[in-house]
Amino acid sequence: MEEYFFLMHVYVFALAIFVGFELITKVPPTLHTPLMSGSNAISGITIVGAILSAGLEQFTISTILGLIAVAFAMINVIGGFLVTDRMLKMFKKK
Amino acid sequence: MKITIEITYLIASVLFILGIKYLGSPKTARKGNLFAAIGMFLAIAATLFDQQVLTFEWIIIGALIGSVTGLVMAYKTPMTGMPQMVGLLNGFGGGASILVALSEYFKKNPNYPVNAGLPFDLPIDQGIAIILSILIGGVTFTGSMIAFGKLQGIVTGKVVKYPLQHTMNALLFLGVIAAGVYVVMFPEMINIVLIISVVSLILGILLVLPIGGADMPVAISLLNSYSGLAGSMTGFVLGNNVLIIAGALVGASGIILTMIMCKGMNRSLMNVVLGGWANAGSTSATSSTTSPKGDVKSIDSEELAMLLDSVSSVIIVPGYGMAVGQAQHAVRDLMTVLEKKGIKVRFAIHPVAGRMPGHMNVLLAEAQVPYDKLYAMEDINDDFNNTDVVIVIGANDVVNPAARHDESSPIFGMPILNVDYAKTVIINKRSMNAGYAGIDNELFFYPNALMYFGDSKEAMTKLVNEIKNL
Repeated sequence: MEEYFFLMHVYVFALAIFVGFELITKVPPTLHTPLMSGSNAISGITIVGAILSAGLEQFTISTILGLIAVAFAMINVIGGFLVTDRMLKMFKKK
Repeated sequence: MKITIEITYLIASVLFILGIKYLGSPKTARKGNLFAAIGMFLAIAATLFDQQVLTFEWIIIGALIGSVTGLVMAYKTPMTGMPQMVGLLNGFGGGASILVALSEYFKKNPNYPVNAGLPFDLPIDQGIAIILSILIGGVTFTGSMIAFGKLQGIVTGKVVKYPLQHTMNALLFLGVIAAGVYVVMFPEMINIVLIISVVSLILGILLVLPIGGADMPVAISLLNSYSGLAGSMTGFVLGNNVLIIAGALVGASGIILTMIMCKGMNRSLMNVVLGGWANAGSTSATSSTTSPKGDVKSIDSEELAMLLDSVSSVIIVPGYGMAVGQAQHAVRDLMTVLEKKGIKVRFAIHPVAGRMPGHMNVLLAEAQVPYDKLYAMEDINDDFNNTDVVIVIGANDVVNPAARHDESSPIFGMPILNVDYAKTVIINKRSMNAGYAGIDNELFFYPNALMYFGDSKEAMTKLVNEIKNL
């Protein structure tokens, strides 16, 4: 089973790409920017990897890289979700 | 514990999917953003309970720095600065990916203290994922920084050409791939991994530098897609599905936006990425001899106010000039005074107007223009025929009729807003300068066209006052 792990991840990746295409095909132009900034915040999920590196028991080069990665990903997460909400709050029908 | 973490990741993945789904409709968009944010919170919380995570001070320091920076950016950036901000955020996503990939690589190295003395172990699949993560993350990081620089005016917004551009980029790319294969076979070559990282970063600069300002909507959405794919690659490195799924969703959404932008210009992605209108310089030289020269008629604010006094329908066409002049509030005032007179006012938005997808929509939303007054090109293009006055504010190439009939024009074939079909077209511009494509706009010489010169904000404010004084 072990050797098929990678393949299973490729499966998940392929299916998720299709889900993404199906979900997003009909987005009105009004939402193009919020979709971009919101999805941007989601790509901040790299924070998971960053935490795993910054939280290692010993302090090493990986910790330093992880620390910077946590900061970068967190800018993405906090900045992305908040600016998207700020934008969406402005969108009003008459 | 491990199973709880995995289930939480699963819930987070579902929340991301729902979030993206709800972001697709104006009514549910805020809820969608909130769902995605909750998903992110759960994913982060679960990770903190991972048995690998034993020290928290570095995580807290990094998270604090990132959160404060993100918070300030999110609330201090004016809406006119949104393209830059989105560009910057793409970059941080890519930057995080390359850093995590390098960090994971160093964990596998025998010199790495924890692994000291242990046999070297970098499985082939993980090696491939690390190299791809470095490549995509690196290109996204520096590419986005250049895009940010161009939008902020730090780096030239012009199409930059340098010798052997395509050959050099192709060679660098192939070099990275070849070196990547080598590292997968001989994982102990730290220097080669570092070279791959540096070349990837250089590649990002070289790929985005040639792209001109008006092609930025394509570049920004493509980089958006890359930032997602970089996240997916990091997911492969860690063997973590939530990263793979979240990254794939973002990758797909970025690609779809990229395709919409390319379609809006009737150009292939390759054409945009390779830089500029193929022969903008030379073609414009020849076409300027054939383009109509003659008298342009101009109109001042007082005459324009009188003209608008007797009409029943107006369509406003905003472009990048409105963003530069920060005229969105003045434009809203214009809408208000016209509507008070019983005039039907609508906005026509070209898909590539501005510097990012949806740029005009965001600016007008900030100025409290209801979004149902904003029409996409295909929904309003047939209505110009029976419209009295069209007011073009700081748009140029997207209203150039040459795109419809002049085969020698570099923008031939690009879908345009048919503003020239209206009874009267008012064009607000600062000067007669050519647009981004570097070509004259024959619209300005049409018998039904009137130029209303001036900075967009000043010109609109003046016009509003004249209308009020009538």
